[in-house]
Amino acid sequence: MSLTRIYGLFLRHFYLITRSFPRILDLVYWPSIQITLWGFISNFFATYTTYYNNAVGVILTCAILYDFLFRTSIGFNMLFLEEIWSRNFTNLFIAPMRIGEILTSLVITALIRSLIGLVPAILLTSPLFGISILDLGIFLFFLFLSLYIFGITLGILVSSGLLRFGPSFENIAWSTMFLLAPFGCIYYPIETLPEIFQRIAYVLPLVYIFEEARNILINQTVNIENVYYAFMWNAFYFSLSIGLFYYSFNAAKNKGTLINMGE
Amino acid sequence: MKNLIEVKNIKKNYGKKEAVKGISFNVEEDEILGLLGPNGSGKTTTIGMLLGLLKPTSGQIFINNLKLEENRIEILEMINFISPYIELPKKLTVKQNLFVYSKLYKVKNIKERIEYLSEKLRIGELLNSITGELSSGQKNRVSLAKALVNEPKVLLLDEPTASLDPEVGDFVRTFLEEYKKEKKISILLASHNMNEVTRLCKSVLMMKNGEIIDQGKPQDLITKHGRTNLEEVFLKLSRSKSEFN
Repeated sequence: MSLTRIYGLFLRHFYLITRSFPRILDLVYWPSIQITLWGFISNFFATYTTYYNNAVGVILTCAILYDFLFRTSIGFNMLFLEEIWSRNFTNLFIAPMRIGEILTSLVITALIRSLIGLVPAILLTSPLFGISILDLGIFLFFLFLSLYIFGITLGILVSSGLLRFGPSFENIAWSTMFLLAPFGCIYYPIETLPEIFQRIAYVLPLVYIFEEARNILINQTVNIENVYYAFMWNAFYFSLSIGLFYYSFNAAKNKGTLINMGE
Repeated sequence: MKNLIEVKNIKKNYGKKEAVKGISFNVEEDEILGLLGPNGSGKTTTIGMLLGLLKPTSGQIFINNLKLEENRIEILEMINFISPYIELPKKLTVKQNLFVYSKLYKVKNIKERIEYLSEKLRIGELLNSITGELSSGQKNRVSLAKALVNEPKVLLLDEPTASLDPEVGDFVRTFLEEYKKEKKISILLASHNMNEVTRLCKSVLMMKNGEIIDQGKPQDLITKHGRTNLEEVFLKLSRSKSEFN
């Protein structure tokens, strides 16, 4: 055993970490996010033990909805990352494609990827747990559409980061969904969050989507306002993400990231 | 002869660092222009600007009389690029890759085009192979097929024969010579292989520290600098502490 060689290999990874802010961020926030999310879940169940008594399957339904969001967002990022990993990125950006064409193509592919994962999950819940997500009725479509738009929005935001900062932004791609999970109120009502977190949650479409899913399943009523606010915030963030993508593309052309991507 | 590439006083700065310091050159139809220079001299940055991957800090680029800044898509339709540093998706078959890129370049007769390139580049037997499993020489020919799928008027080559064995290298050079002659295209060739440059290029640009420090026909440069081959000229210019340093 050579301590020098061990130290040498340690340095190889240490230098990598210290030279990349996204990598440091990645190390720091994972534990914080996990503790925050599970802290709120535990807190909610300790306080409201009977909340879910009359609506078996609410948690499972929310889990499926969240997974759809997760798959859509990660799916979009994966498409972008695969071009970097395969060193095909430059080929793609020297092809005569407009940014809108690239985004549209990725959006459609991400949807198909998500549906491939979602359909078996929905089909499994009925025979295994006697629960059907279709209980959400016609509003299921709107909730899925809303989640899909937000998933794509997050994907575009992360891809903008990849364009601007290069492959070191990759770790952020994997963790955006977890960063938002505590604020999304996926498994608990928004009242569970401290007031300052509630303010953040209210400017995200997620809270309206999951509140509405629980409302339909538990109270058997529809609050159209939640659907409206979800779409309104989605429209805002989607427009923002498109603008940011164009900005990042131009910034990458100034900085030279498009040439070095994947190296 | 018509200029297919016109570069007018382009500069590229990264912060305070001047990567390219106001260079100008033209490439005529049916001409191969060599772009030579040591590592870090600005060759890749120049190619990046010609491909629209990099925005020049100042200056103008015209391809086939169209200004790049205002006609990016139209220009990208008529140019293409290969480099050993970029690859095609490894998990797709060669045929799938060529088909995908034919679609991206809106090639009309895809089947005929792939058949033509397969025959010319001797990749017919590789069409159903996984791209990632090919040898360097095979990958190079497939990349060349991708670069020609849109019948480009302008071809940018960054070290096209790097890491190839002499036989494949010679095949690629012969192919490029014949293709250029047949299609009257313009080729900008960045290479560290001086024999290749001497054989293929009508004229060369020598770059150093972001500037063009000399240019001319390979034989004229050899005579001018009193050397016996282009490699010696390259070494002399690269090592010199000229007025440009």
